[in-house]
Amino acid sequence: MADSLEARFVRRFRGGPAISADLVLPGGDGPVTVLFGPSGSGKTTVLRALAGLDRPDEGTIVNAGETWLDTRRGVFVPARHRGVSLLFQSYALFPHLTVRENVAFGLHRHDRAERERKTARALALLRLQTLGHRSPSELSGGERQRVALARAIASSPRLLLLDEPLSALDAPTREELRGELRSLLRQVGVPTIVVTHDRIEALALGDRMAVMVGGRIHQQGPVGDVFERPADHEVARCVGVDTVLAGRVVASGDGLATVESHGLRLTAVDRGLAGDVWILLRAEDVVLERDGGTRSSARNHLPGRVTAVTSEGPLVRVALSSGEARLSALVTRASRADLGLEEGADVFAVVKAPSIHLVPRA
Amino acid sequence: MVALPIVLPPTVLGFYVLLLLGPNGPVGRAVESLFGTRLPFTFEGLLVASVLYSLPFAVQPFAASFAAVERTLLEAAASLGCSPLRTFFRVVLPLSRAGVVTGLVLSFAHTLGEFGVVLMVGGNIPGETRTVSVAIYDHVQALDYASAGATSLVLLGVSFSVLAITYALQRRTPNAWQTASKPGS
Repeated sequence: MADSLEARFVRRFRGGPAISADLVLPGGDGPVTVLFGPSGSGKTTVLRALAGLDRPDEGTIVNAGETWLDTRRGVFVPARHRGVSLLFQSYALFPHLTVRENVAFGLHRHDRAERERKTARALALLRLQTLGHRSPSELSGGERQRVALARAIASSPRLLLLDEPLSALDAPTREELRGELRSLLRQVGVPTIVVTHDRIEALALGDRMAVMVGGRIHQQGPVGDVFERPADHEVARCVGVDTVLAGRVVASGDGLATVESHGLRLTAVDRGLAGDVWILLRAEDVVLERDGGTRSSARNHLPGRVTAVTSEGPLVRVALSSGEARLSALVTRASRADLGLEEGADVFAVVKAPSIHLVPRA
Repeated sequence: MVALPIVLPPTVLGFYVLLLLGPNGPVGRAVESLFGTRLPFTFEGLLVASVLYSLPFAVQPFAASFAAVERTLLEAAASLGCSPLRTFFRVVLPLSRAGVVTGLVLSFAHTLGEFGVVLMVGGNIPGETRTVSVAIYDHVQALDYASAGATSLVLLGVSFSVLAITYALQRRTPNAWQTASKPGS
């Protein structure tokens, strides 16, 4: 495809592991790809190579038909000629410039009127109009993040790279900005790669994701596919084998939301979400019952059948199918013996409404 | 190499500069054939020698403050389409202001007080290459303590102000480059 990004390269560090990337972004109208993996898996190295700040030892990077790197032909386009904006984990705002000057920094090739127009637009997009004259040291963490984003998008880059964009924020701010970031990225429409090790961030922000473990990309594809069908056990361990279901909020009221997924109706705590959502369920929050007749406070009693039982140290992981959905529960060995949880057994999965975590789905 | 004048005795430096700039030295010959003038015992020659002598006092603070500018800021500038030259003037220099001023002030003060190099290369010609420090020495030699005292007092005042300005500047911009948020892991 003409506007796709293809990167295949290896970067070796002395005395360290080799980082290799084999990444294909199909392009299109601004899809967000999440580069997901544990710390130290090489995500930032891949990002830096794409930005032109780091030179891989061998390989090629071709963006929209333009070769940025070809080690065999000795091609290396430096960062400043790539039109790639990188949002640093530390934001890297220029401390001696005001917010407005920071945002306008990358626009020096435009004439004055154009520069002011683009700066104003970026400031408005991130609701920073009133902070234009401030210095970065006078801003909160969330405001700094928004300034860094405004600076990154002001120059209309061809590729936007975000390195752990929310990790420097405290939890409440992170949650608030996550939603904002998602709609902003859709609005800006620039192909974007977001590096993260946070599952919820990956689900909330990404259209596609690439999972990186131990310096290698193990799997890439639509976010739902990767979460529901991990390619190998390393991907499974890294994205978590707990339940992730695609669903829809069909009703809400009384502080509760009703979600439909794969023919199941679930009750969750209403967090103001509507439309398509991801349903996240931790295996340890799923209680298994043999007869569904008991009265309990849990709102969700899902009939299902055990499909697999695997031992996990002192616990047992029970996989079950409930309609089309696949769930995972973590129980003790004693419970397993008491209930006779074997493959083919009919059970009820009981889940409290507050244990169901909803994340907006792209 | 640039730090050598710090440890080299000034008269030794002056001696070599004199040889270099003299009519038989390579630099002296080149200058003479180009401009038709000789450098030793002229103000211009003194200027050349002073730059060599005081350069390390400017270069060290410059280099230290340039190196202290956070690397991610330079990378941010590059990814925003900034050339290395523009990055230097828009990011590195403003963030190293305290170090640059310190370097300028120190080298100025140091030049003011030089003696050995001046005598070797300048030759103490009144109105041409006689510097303040040499003038004080001459006053004392002539037992003119009043003039020596007055000139010394001026120099003391200048030196004191220079130090005061330097410290004030360093306090006012304490690591300006660190006011950005914490560097990532």
